[in-house]
Amino acid sequence: MSTLLFVILSSFLFGLLLFAIGQKSFRRITWFASLLPVSLFFYFLSYLTGTSTGEVFDSSIEWVPSLDINFDFRIDGLATLFTLLITGIGSLVFIYTIKYLKGHRHLMRFYAYLSIFMGAMLGLVTANNLITLFIFWELTSISSFFLIGFNNTDRSSRKSAITALSITGLGGLSLLAFAVLLGTLTGTYTISEMLQHPAVFSEHPYSTYLLIFLFLAAFTKSAQFPFHFWLPGAMKAPTPVSTYLHSATMVKAGIYLLLRFSPHFSMNEYFHLILLVFGGFTMLYAAFHTLFRTDLKGILAYSTIGALGIIVFLLGIGTALSITAAIVFIIVHALYKASLFLVTGTIDHQTGTRDITKLGGLRKFLLPLSIAGLLAAISSAGIPPSIGFLGKDLIYESTLHSPYSSLLTTTAVITNIFMVFAGFAVGWKPFAGQVPSTIETVKKPHFILWLAPLMLAVTGIIFGIFPGIIDHLFVTGITDQLSSGTAPHLKLWHGFTFILVLSAITIAGGLLIYKFWKISHKKERAIHRLENISPKNILLQTANYFEQFAYFLTRVFQNGYLRRYVMILLVLLTIVFGVHIFINPRIFLSLKEIRGLEISEIVVCLIMVLSILYTVFTKSRLSAIAGMGVLGYSMCFIFLFYSAPDLAMTQFSIDTLTVILFVLVLYRLPKYLKLSNSTNRIRDGIIATSFGTFLAFTIIEIMNETPLKTTTAFYAENAYELAKGKNIVNVILVDFRGFDTMIEITVLSIAAIGVFALLKLYLKKHEK
Amino acid sequence: MKSIILTTASRTLLPLLILFSVFVLLRGHYLPGGGFIGGLIASIAFILHAFANGLKKSRFLLRIHPGFLIPTGLLLALGSAIVPIIFEGLPMMTGVWYPETLPVIGKVGSALFFDTGVYFVVIGVCLTIIFTISEQA
Repeated sequence: MSTLLFVILSSFLFGLLLFAIGQKSFRRITWFASLLPVSLFFYFLSYLTGTSTGEVFDSSIEWVPSLDINFDFRIDGLATLFTLLITGIGSLVFIYTIKYLKGHRHLMRFYAYLSIFMGAMLGLVTANNLITLFIFWELTSISSFFLIGFNNTDRSSRKSAITALSITGLGGLSLLAFAVLLGTLTGTYTISEMLQHPAVFSEHPYSTYLLIFLFLAAFTKSAQFPFHFWLPGAMKAPTPVSTYLHSATMVKAGIYLLLRFSPHFSMNEYFHLILLVFGGFTMLYAAFHTLFRTDLKGILAYSTIGALGIIVFLLGIGTALSITAAIVFIIVHALYKASLFLVTGTIDHQTGTRDITKLGGLRKFLLPLSIAGLLAAISSAGIPPSIGFLGKDLIYESTLHSPYSSLLTTTAVITNIFMVFAGFAVGWKPFAGQVPSTIETVKKPHFILWLAPLMLAVTGIIFGIFPGIIDHLFVTGITDQLSSGTAPHLKLWHGFTFILVLSAITIAGGLLIYKFWKISHKKERAIHRLENISPKNILLQTANYFEQFAYFLTRVFQNGYLRRYVMILLVLLTIVFGVHIFINPRIFLSLKEIRGLEISEIVVCLIMVLSILYTVFTKSRLSAIAGMGVLGYSMCFIFLFYSAPDLAMTQFSIDTLTVILFVLVLYRLPKYLKLSNSTNRIRDGIIATSFGTFLAFTIIEIMNETPLKTTTAFYAENAYELAKGKNIVNVILVDFRGFDTMIEITVLSIAAIGVFALLKLYLKKHEK
Repeated sequence: MKSIILTTASRTLLPLLILFSVFVLLRGHYLPGGGFIGGLIASIAFILHAFANGLKKSRFLLRIHPGFLIPTGLLLALGSAIVPIIFEGLPMMTGVWYPETLPVIGKVGSALFFDTGVYFVVIGVCLTIIFTISEQA
């Protein structure tokens, strides 16, 4: 087993192991859990020296080679960046949670879900096989579902979890469609090999569908308008989850997918245009919405959507410069946003509220935390010397060097002004000003609860002062890999340029809004009035109608009455047969080929007709069953006459058993009642007769076709040679198609268990 | 349904029918027959016995619950399917045959064991369903 596969699976194994350890013993070794992400972090760090110079590390294990689905993993610059984000922020979140959820009833479960999520995420960003990537993608959705609904006693938590799962699940399906279509068009599922078929991505008539599927997958996962609404709902999760999944890692999976496929689609003009439109609209929309939230996490959720919008927007510009900007911004955002989330978590943990209107002056109690909040806010606002300043510079530089520079630059500036506000509102507002009367005193938090966010915030400043670190390690390599242009070198100070002016306008604008805009519940309610026309409501309403429609359909077709099912099946088949015969009548009977009837055959047919009439018109149930039995036995004769002894024997046994079963069941029923009126009986008679007639016609038609002899000949030739049997039917059953028989007897067993369980349970209930 | 004629006849018919069902099972590979039909015949034999002598006696005669025959048969069929993998390194369900021809039975191979599995499953399923329903009646 290759090391890489083991490393990725280790998270899953660890998650399952935790379930085995159990809640009680786990509590004593909570610290031990954090060893996993920390060691994984250092493991992936070891790849960095190679990947920063453009080296790639491949590892492959066969899984389903016949379908070209394998555990292909490839670690390149992009993968290293994401694995380090996942394990690095993961380490802090793992450690932070020890104190944040201290003593929680389901702490063990939480860590298990978190580990499984981490494994899925690592698999997603290192997979080089599109199907494998899809599987990990779905695993992240599923583990996210469990984490959002972690407080499973809370109804709104569960609802948010289901909303998130349905939206990301929709995207997952679309990703599968993308994968299968792409695999069919290029003939491979290996992502890196797909690059050799550039025509598929830009000129092929199906490339439009590829784009739709890809965007649906990426936009749902990365919360782009109009699918963004699951992300604010997902904030019901415990704060470490929001930090980890819904700002730093999982929501970036969509971005990762777009980045991964941006070289493939580089010649497709629509790829960039659509990204630009959706990203641009999302970032403006979300950034504006941050003004109207009173919940700290609500603000963070919308500013995260905004940040994701910015990254998508940058990818849409599509130059080497903008890809560099996107990479830098991913790092910037991960650092400051995770830090802000953890700060919020600690505030919530210590004061019990996240309502921004009720918080203030906390710096008196939580000084180290307030430093972390301030530094993160600085980075988020892009004030030098933080890395955020660098990120914002690059954004403006890319928009200025793009075709529609004035429009794009204005959009970016307005968005960033709101983002500055959002950063300070969360990172600084709770600590500034006077302590409100509702808060008397705040307990000092455990040092981990402020150290974790502080570490992230300080890292942001260090990277800002020494931009060479990320430049050498990530940015150059990844930009070279993803675009044809050359990456600009990162510098903190560019001199007095137009970009600096824009930066100054952004910061000043943001701070002005921060100073004069009063966040209030009234404003939040005002924007809630627009809820009716929001995409969330429209989508949920559509889902509602769909459910009603499904309910209606089920009521009509599957009402639980066996007679209804039989009727629908027969009517449908009659229509199919009837239409077929009507459109294409090919029925002819050449009387010459029919040999004369023998007297025995005439007698048997006569008996059959009589028994049918008797069954239909008799007044007694038992006689009806007897009539059916006679019909079945007459059929045995027909089989015998036409040399099918196997069928005759089976028919005979089955018929006997059927009659016995009927008798046993009917024994319990009341005397023969006329349950159906004559209209129904006539209707059923018409359906049955026409079905029989059309079936007969179809069979005559089939007889006219020249049968395909090759299959029969194969069995006839090989039955004795290969399977040492002379009875071809039996050889097919036990040898050639033995696996089918195996499944069939399994199904039979399940049916028996079903009958047994149903009746026995029914008996027991009655005995009581 | 107490009838002296039926009760007496069933005493002789039960062993005869079961013997016949085994015969049908064994000859299945060469002549019309096989595990499925054999199983049906054997179940009919027991059901006839139950009709004549009552369910309790048939259950006593069978000793075990007919439900146990289902996993037995499934295991037998599964075993015959995976034996080639384990002992011969051949793909699943490859026919493996004993080289000599045995008297009465003929050639013995994994297919026969598979068919015997089918035989047991069919008996188990039929008897479980019918015994359960007739217990109700």
